[in-house]
Amino acid sequence: MIALLARDLRLAIRAGGGFGLGLAFFLIVSVLVPFAVGPEAEVLARIAPGILWVGALLACLLSLDRIFQLDFEDGSLDLLATAPIPMEGTVAVKALAHWITTGLPLVLAAPVFGALMSLDERGYWWIFVTLLIGTPALSMIGAFGAALTVGLKRGGLLLSLLVLPLYIPTLIFGAEAATRGIGGFDNTTPLLMLAGITAAAVALLPFAASAAIRINLR
Amino acid sequence: MSAMELTVTDLTVARGGVPVLEGLGFRLSAGQVLVLRGPNGSGKTTLLRTLAGLQPPMAGAISLPPEAIAYGAHADGLKATLTVAENLAFWARIHGTHEIEPALDDFNLQALRNRAAQSLSAGQKRRLGLARLLVTGRSLWLLDEPTVSLDVASVALFADAVRAHVAGGGAALIATHIDLGLAADIFDVGPYKADPRAPSRTPSAFDEAFA
Repeated sequence: MIALLARDLRLAIRAGGGFGLGLAFFLIVSVLVPFAVGPEAEVLARIAPGILWVGALLACLLSLDRIFQLDFEDGSLDLLATAPIPMEGTVAVKALAHWITTGLPLVLAAPVFGALMSLDERGYWWIFVTLLIGTPALSMIGAFGAALTVGLKRGGLLLSLLVLPLYIPTLIFGAEAATRGIGGFDNTTPLLMLAGITAAAVALLPFAASAAIRINLR
Repeated sequence: MSAMELTVTDLTVARGGVPVLEGLGFRLSAGQVLVLRGPNGSGKTTLLRTLAGLQPPMAGAISLPPEAIAYGAHADGLKATLTVAENLAFWARIHGTHEIEPALDDFNLQALRNRAAQSLSAGQKRRLGLARLLVTGRSLWLLDEPTVSLDVASVALFADAVRAHVAGGGAALIATHIDLGLAADIFDVGPYKADPRAPSRTPSAFDEAFA
């Protein structure tokens, strides 16, 4: 499984691997929003958590169809299905590789981009924490959506439509936890809900996704 | 490699829910090569995918030892931006083996080992795809048209690899249209062609669940 993780990470950073795509998109959103809503610091700081969360979510969505589609097209997925690793493990590892190449850079960059949105130090911290807890769920739910659409040509639109509703709970609790934390209020409840969604997604979805892949390989 | 035997009894395989071959029965033991014959579209690939466990049989039974299968499909499962050695080393690690040098030697890939797979010719890619079989350490090779785009010399390399594999206690089931020069038994799928209009007698549980 480590071999699979190492391969996926290596593929992502080689030419055309798509590493940085999500990050670039996230940067564009963070740069454009202050131009669009105007330079008032209070307004920007108030909407910043929501904008950063929406930006991170869409950036994550952008690279989802790569998780299984390329392996399906070149036949690797068939070969992985006959390999000694269980398909559930393959799915979990590929979701992890997606998180490391897409989610983790967003988590690390979010406080920096928060500066463009006039966030204060407390804001940097809470954006960092909520994204760190929430983005693994985005990768895992996305891997499930990618598994459902893996056999389809141009499945990207269907994938987005399938996955976006599933992302909404993560978005609500993530942005709520960040907003409350920045405002100095108690945000234990939304943080626990966010962590719960991530834990449930990571625990259950590999099984659902591997069942979907097995059906799509027939 | 442990002694292995593949036994197929009264097997019906289906593509897209339509039966293509029915009543199949054969046996493949260690040290044996079985060549599947049949015209295009006769269901050879469907049979191989079913045996590899990628799709469920519609009826009948397949008996084989666990983790015995190395499947070689039309697509080689190569990553264009990885080098020849990296591609092979990945599949070796996935299968828990670590030795890729013999496989590179056997398929004459040593000179290409640091080339990216995207810069290989079709025949070189195929050779790399076949070298993958050697690093899996699996005893039963299921091969689907393994000689496509190979030249005469490479076909000979491949035939040597199969010979060495079966001599070491392995077995191979090969769908091919050409004569590989191997001491092989022929299995013609023609007589087992299913009537596609006949309703399937045992709908799969998946179809039932969504009926």
